[in-house]
Amino acid sequence: MVKRGNNPLFLQLAVLKDEVKQLESLLGSLRQFESPKIELEQYPTGSHIASRLLYTADTSFGDVRDKVVADFGCGCGTLGLAAGLLRAQHVIGYEVDAETVEIAFSNADELEIDMDFILCNIKNFRFPDNHVIDTVVMNPPFGTRNKGADVDFLRVALKVASKAVYSLHKTTTRDHIQRTSIRELGASSAEVLCELRFDLPQLYKFHKKKKVDVAVDLWRFVPKSTCER
Amino acid sequence: MRLITHNMLSSNIKGVTNGFPLRIQVEKVVEKEVDFNPDFLRNMFAKIEWKALTEASKTLGYADLPEETEPLMLESEEFLRKLHHALLELHLEEGALVCPETGRKFPVNKGIPNMLLHEDEV
Repeated sequence: MVKRGNNPLFLQLAVLKDEVKQLESLLGSLRQFESPKIELEQYPTGSHIASRLLYTADTSFGDVRDKVVADFGCGCGTLGLAAGLLRAQHVIGYEVDAETVEIAFSNADELEIDMDFILCNIKNFRFPDNHVIDTVVMNPPFGTRNKGADVDFLRVALKVASKAVYSLHKTTTRDHIQRTSIRELGASSAEVLCELRFDLPQLYKFHKKKKVDVAVDLWRFVPKSTCER
Repeated sequence: MRLITHNMLSSNIKGVTNGFPLRIQVEKVVEKEVDFNPDFLRNMFAKIEWKALTEASKTLGYADLPEETEPLMLESEEFLRKLHHALLELHLEEGALVCPETGRKFPVNKGIPNMLLHEDEV
């Protein structure tokens, strides 16, 4: 569910045009993790967040249509496929778990989106210097299982993207992400587009409640321009 | 896997310095039509490793790309259509990508390259 925050940088995402609803509906029909792995922090991104993230990236910033879009830690492919539906020219999903890539592959097939997938570990993957990738979209691990995983993903994304990085991070990490992205990771700007609430159903036995509500920020980072890097 | 993706892949094995481009072993290639977008192609052109693309394209059975290029070619629709075809319409479905330095094979199944490293390669 999208709730408005008190954040002065709040951006109205809930412009409920038909296109967003259609996008959300298509994404909602996708297969999700069958046996989510705790150590990889596998949670579905959710069609609501995914549709709004990509719709905003496309209509407010022009970061999707006709662009090369990468989905880091793509899981079942939701974000990347949303980019494909919004007419990205080429989409690549990077994912470490083979079983999950199978699901993503079948989702792409279902939606008839031609998305390339690469089975790899983002942390040891070699990206070229030529910045073919315009936009990175991701819902990285929050870092609850592997500390610093959220920042690791962001570090790579900011090196690779030529135009923008869209990412989801826990609201509790907002100051840390703001500081780190600008001072250490080479972002020329970092903006919270809005605060969302992430409904995590009881995926793991250790979750006591049936549903857990986590406050999450949707960020847009702009890397330093290529000549400055 | 399209060649635009192949053009971005290099061997990530520890210690490898000449890991690009990955050689291609073909078992199955599929062609899928995509809408022609000349602006996209013109923007991409400067970023492509041209020799890697022509080699890969030949390996996949399409030898029509010129070996040498010059900026004027970007005005030619004929050239752009060839670039379009090689970059976006050829898919390696089954085969392998091979590290040029170590010979290590990264298998490709259903178009998905497996570039997960073994413990001793990290």
